[in-house]
Amino acid sequence: MIRSTLRRVTPQLIILALILALNMVMFPGFFHVEVHNGRLFGNLIDVLNRGAPVALLSVGMTLVIATRGIDLSVGAVMAISGAVAASVITGGASWIVAVLAALGAGALCGLWNGVLVAVLRIQPIVATLVLMVAGRGIAQLLTEGAILTFNDPGLVRLGGGTILSLPTPIWIWIGVAALVGLVVRRSALGLLIEATGINERSARLAGINARVLLIAVYLVAGLCAALAGVVVAADIRGADANNAGLWMELDAILAVVIGGTSLLGGRFSITASLLGALIIQSVNSAILMSGMAVEFNLVIKAVIIITILVIQSPRVRHWIYLLRASSGPGPMPRQPASRTPKIEEGRP
Amino acid sequence: MQSDPKPVLHATGISKFFPGVIALDDVELQLYPGEVHALLGENGAGKSTLIKCLTGAYPRDAGVIMLDGAEINPKDPLSSQAAGIGTVYQEVNLLSNLSVAENLFLGRQPRRFGMIDQRRMLRDSKDILAQYGLSIDPAQLLSSYSIAIQQIVAIARAVELSGKVLILDEPTASLDREEVELMFSVIRRLTARGLAVVFITHFLDQVLAICDRATILRNGCVVGTRKLAEVTQTEIVTLMLGRQLEAATHHHERRETGDVLLSLRGFGKRGAIEPFDLDIHTGEVVGMAGLLGSGRTETCNAIFGAQPADQGEARLRGSPLRISTPREAIRNRIALCPEDRKTEGIVGDLSVRENIILSLQARQGWYRPLPRAKIEEIAQSYVKALDIRLANLDTPIRLLSGGNQQKALLARWLATEPQLLILDEPTRGIDVGAHAEIIALIERLRTQGMALLVASSEMEELVAYSTKIVVLRDRRQVGALTGDDISPNAIIRAIAAEEEPRA
Ligand SMILES: Nc1ncnc2c1ncn2[C@@H]1O[C@H](COP(=O)(O)OP(=O)(O)OP(=O)(O)O)[C@@H](O)[C@H]1O
Ligand SMILES: [Mg+2]
Repeated sequence: MIRSTLRRVTPQLIILALILALNMVMFPGFFHVEVHNGRLFGNLIDVLNRGAPVALLSVGMTLVIATRGIDLSVGAVMAISGAVAASVITGGASWIVAVLAALGAGALCGLWNGVLVAVLRIQPIVATLVLMVAGRGIAQLLTEGAILTFNDPGLVRLGGGTILSLPTPIWIWIGVAALVGLVVRRSALGLLIEATGINERSARLAGINARVLLIAVYLVAGLCAALAGVVVAADIRGADANNAGLWMELDAILAVVIGGTSLLGGRFSITASLLGALIIQSVNSAILMSGMAVEFNLVIKAVIIITILVIQSPRVRHWIYLLRASSGPGPMPRQPASRTPKIEEGRP
Repeated sequence: MQSDPKPVLHATGISKFFPGVIALDDVELQLYPGEVHALLGENGAGKSTLIKCLTGAYPRDAGVIMLDGAEINPKDPLSSQAAGIGTVYQEVNLLSNLSVAENLFLGRQPRRFGMIDQRRMLRDSKDILAQYGLSIDPAQLLSSYSIAIQQIVAIARAVELSGKVLILDEPTASLDREEVELMFSVIRRLTARGLAVVFITHFLDQVLAICDRATILRNGCVVGTRKLAEVTQTEIVTLMLGRQLEAATHHHERRETGDVLLSLRGFGKRGAIEPFDLDIHTGEVVGMAGLLGSGRTETCNAIFGAQPADQGEARLRGSPLRISTPREAIRNRIALCPEDRKTEGIVGDLSVRENIILSLQARQGWYRPLPRAKIEEIAQSYVKALDIRLANLDTPIRLLSGGNQQKALLARWLATEPQLLILDEPTRGIDVGAHAEIIALIERLRTQGMALLVASSEMEELVAYSTKIVVLRDRRQVGALTGDDISPNAIIRAIAAEEEPRA
């Protein structure tokens, strides 16, 4: 199980290692970690901490994409849930109630998407576009156009606090990812989700309840987005309906793609998506630290995506396979030495 | 048959390796103009792979292909098409969301002032299809027609594109008798034009009817090329299997069947199948005969809830039963192995192991995963019992040969231990050896007390295992045969009986 996961995420691990190594060359202090007032500080911790929202989103997004769907609304849902948490807490409720209310809002959003996709059979990209556009408006209505600030220590701790010296957001995303990952892989959910994503018709005829499954994955995506929204709001101690989670759905999709889950659905790996999120965050922080214009970020991201997609393309994989086969001990025990492959030969 | 000394296509030393599988080993194939050449072999022998290597769909790992005396090196099916080799692959490979005409002309649409000339395309399509005896509306979506018609469209497209060689990989698997005859006449017309036709099929009677020579593959090697005029069917089968096939002995001990398992009254679905009555007993095999489009598949789907019935009632062991989804059917231990395995059966990217346990797992519920050991045991035992040929259980099912996919799907449903097993064309694409095994399996399941409902276009097969046969025509049940009345001729008469008064 662990071995196969490792093999699955090797490309992502290599890329992450490369980017981190590059960071270290450029900024020798990159791996430096120190303790201040019982809290760990350092660039590496920062990557893990700042990467929390995208990491959280990528967990839900992975499941959605595995069913051959996509959720464009998660950024807007972040804004909604942040606004809900802020208005509940400024209304005088405890932080726990505020978080639950935010999660409830996220669940509702997810349910809405799920019903549009699974029951009304609207294409996911269109169905979730509705909430992507409308969601930010809803959030603005909730905050009445202003940035709704709060100071409740309980809520603020979710964004800026520490547990066992590590920033709380790190615990949150690792915890959520571990929980979802365990549930999905220890139960048969993962298999059923993959089957639905690969061939929904066959899956239904094999007795899989594709409708409920689809609603469930959008629900999880909504919940993950709500948590991400709370973390972001807690971090800046306020709900900014205009900017919270803006364009973050694209980073989440990118994380999943870098993680090698096909947009055509099917086989998925949450671990790989998380590595994808960390890769994105490492690039972001490297660019921030280098003082380059932020615009470079986009170009560099594009280069990384291209590289990863090329490595994962079936054609390149086949070349790699042929390379391995022709060097090391051949995979074909009976292959006679005299018969050399003639694939690449052109016409004389 | 022509013995023109110069072959139009001569392939030598063709080899193809897949991880863990030697699919082709030093294969030679010679085609002469004007001949119909059969390519025979068991499921997984390498027939489809050979075709794909010849057309460039797969890169071959060794070998030379000479077309008209010149070496060719097709990199993809398009370039082999341009060179004159047209192909119809085993699984219909057209775009079902385009119109028939667009499929026929895809990539070479007639143009006028730079725009696609729709009117001419439709007119030409009509003309082309008329040559195949089809008078369908080419403006309709391809998906609105049956697999049989889609297959003929695919053939028409390949014929239009190819000049020298036409390759047909199991083209008749989903055609009924008349359509097969129609296609044979098309093939004869094409060979008269000097085309060489490669014909892959598991129907040996068709091979003997239309082919001149045959090349037989076993485990990726050529075991012989024969003139069909000079061999018997038994010799061919022995070459294919590497052993003798015991003569299929279906001694019809029509024993008493058990209690009524499923009882249907006035059961039907508007627009799909007229209301009918049917009782299926335990230990009984009900065969369903009829031409294509007669409503066999619709009947299966209505019982299974894939296209739920909207009239009449069903009783399972006496108690009322409402089935509106496949899940409800499966919960009541009813299973359906569908006709179209590519779109309704396999989950291509999942492993064979996962495909086999999929329905069982779905029935158990997501929160009760089957233990690994159990999964392994189930998968292994069915691979063994049904003799599914594969490199290992982790192989994605789409990489299996067509017949082995079919067996894996059968395994999926047997693993759910159904009380009623519905099989829609269970032997499509299955080789002679496995064909006999599946008939024996149906017989065995019956004696163990299972109830089976089997739809098939093969009369002999239906006769071999059915205890009762219902005959369908124009989406209606038009007759039933039991006991000693069951014979291929009786079935044909029953199918035709309804036709005469109308004509
Ligand atoms: N892309 C692939 N990767 C790995 N193995 C493959 C691939 N394609 C085919 N095979 C294997 O190669 C062998 C030959 O398969 P092929 O499809 O040519 O058989 P076939 O003779 O056409 O059988 P059938 O009558 O069932 O269609 C099989 O063992 C199959 O599992
Ligand atoms: Mg084949």
